[in-house]
Amino acid sequence: MENNNPLSPHLQIYRWQISSLLSITHRIVGVINFFAIILICLWAILITFSQNNYSSINLFLNTSFGKFFVISLCWTFSFHILNELRHLIWDAGYGFDLKVAKISGIIVFIGSFVLTILFYILGRNIF
Amino acid sequence: MAQFSLPQNSKIEVGNYHRDKTNSKNLRKINIYRWDPTTGKNPRIDTYEVDMNNCGPKVLDILFKIKNEIDPSLTFRRSCAHGVCGSCAMNIDGVNGLACIKSHTDIKGDLNIYPLPHLKVVKDLIGDLTTLYKQYESIQPWLKVDQTGQEKTELKQSQKDREKLDGYYECILCACCSTSCPSYWWNGDKYLGPAVLLQAYRWINDSRDGDKKERLKKVADELKLYRCHTIMNCTNSCPKGLNPAKAIGSIKKMLATS
Repeated sequence: MENNNPLSPHLQIYRWQISSLLSITHRIVGVINFFAIILICLWAILITFSQNNYSSINLFLNTSFGKFFVISLCWTFSFHILNELRHLIWDAGYGFDLKVAKISGIIVFIGSFVLTILFYILGRNIF
Repeated sequence: MAQFSLPQNSKIEVGNYHRDKTNSKNLRKINIYRWDPTTGKNPRIDTYEVDMNNCGPKVLDILFKIKNEIDPSLTFRRSCAHGVCGSCAMNIDGVNGLACIKSHTDIKGDLNIYPLPHLKVVKDLIGDLTTLYKQYESIQPWLKVDQTGQEKTELKQSQKDREKLDGYYECILCACCSTSCPSYWWNGDKYLGPAVLLQAYRWINDSRDGDKKERLKKVADELKLYRCHTIMNCTNSCPKGLNPAKAIGSIKKMLATS
């Protein structure tokens, strides 16, 4: 009898909060990073085999899509690192206050872009 | 794997439109989730035009006005109307809360009212909380003491120890937090959820309780406790301003340091 009753709507109607948005982003970005690390390892292995590999990958990375790809990965790593730090602070028992959690979330979000730019600048040897 | 979409029998249809009959100039559209177990039809959203010039300030006042003046078949739970009993917990404008203490003036535009998310609906705005109550029972929410019962003195608690329960004993078990938690949506049968874990912490943290170690051991479980990923929807929705996320964090910390 119970099973025929409908399920009340959940994801469809629940309003997104800053905290929940960051949480799901953290998870998605984590999955992306998992594959990104595999890719980076493959890339490193390929380079050891021949110079052709190096130049063809280099060619790809210098296209506009390649650049977008690299910058995106810079962002996913930056975001994951910063939000993981936030989780670390939570695990130590601090920052659960609603206001603090909101502010730390915003800091993580803005900080991830700052870190992305820093990574990119450092990687390009612009300094 | 969690099912993100609603099952076929839960898909929401467009319902009836109840036009205003009072000729009021100050109308507001209220969309309410309706499901009648006797019809065998899918749930629907009914829209009511409500005269806001003659309506109390809270969401519960709107619901009463609709039930008394427009549609007596509307079903919802309520009791104290002062945010103490937790009966009128529902999803108001996308966030869980108590209809009796939520001001509708804080919400802009049309007002959407749904039952608490991801529960089996009993009727209209009433969700089935049986699982949650069973889980609450499973943490044994009563004082367990080492005394034999022959002692002639009362169990004393210092003011400092009593203060440790502030922010936890106030919980009214309205289930706003648990039903706002995506982890609880996907694993509600195994994960205890914020409300029950906050209660668990309340008993773990009680200086008079003699069963702290056992309580911690019982709750230390991959599914029961660690499904909490600090999404913080619970704290965002608590109508009493409590912090279940912090309580769960405290349990995790206790387990990590003991």
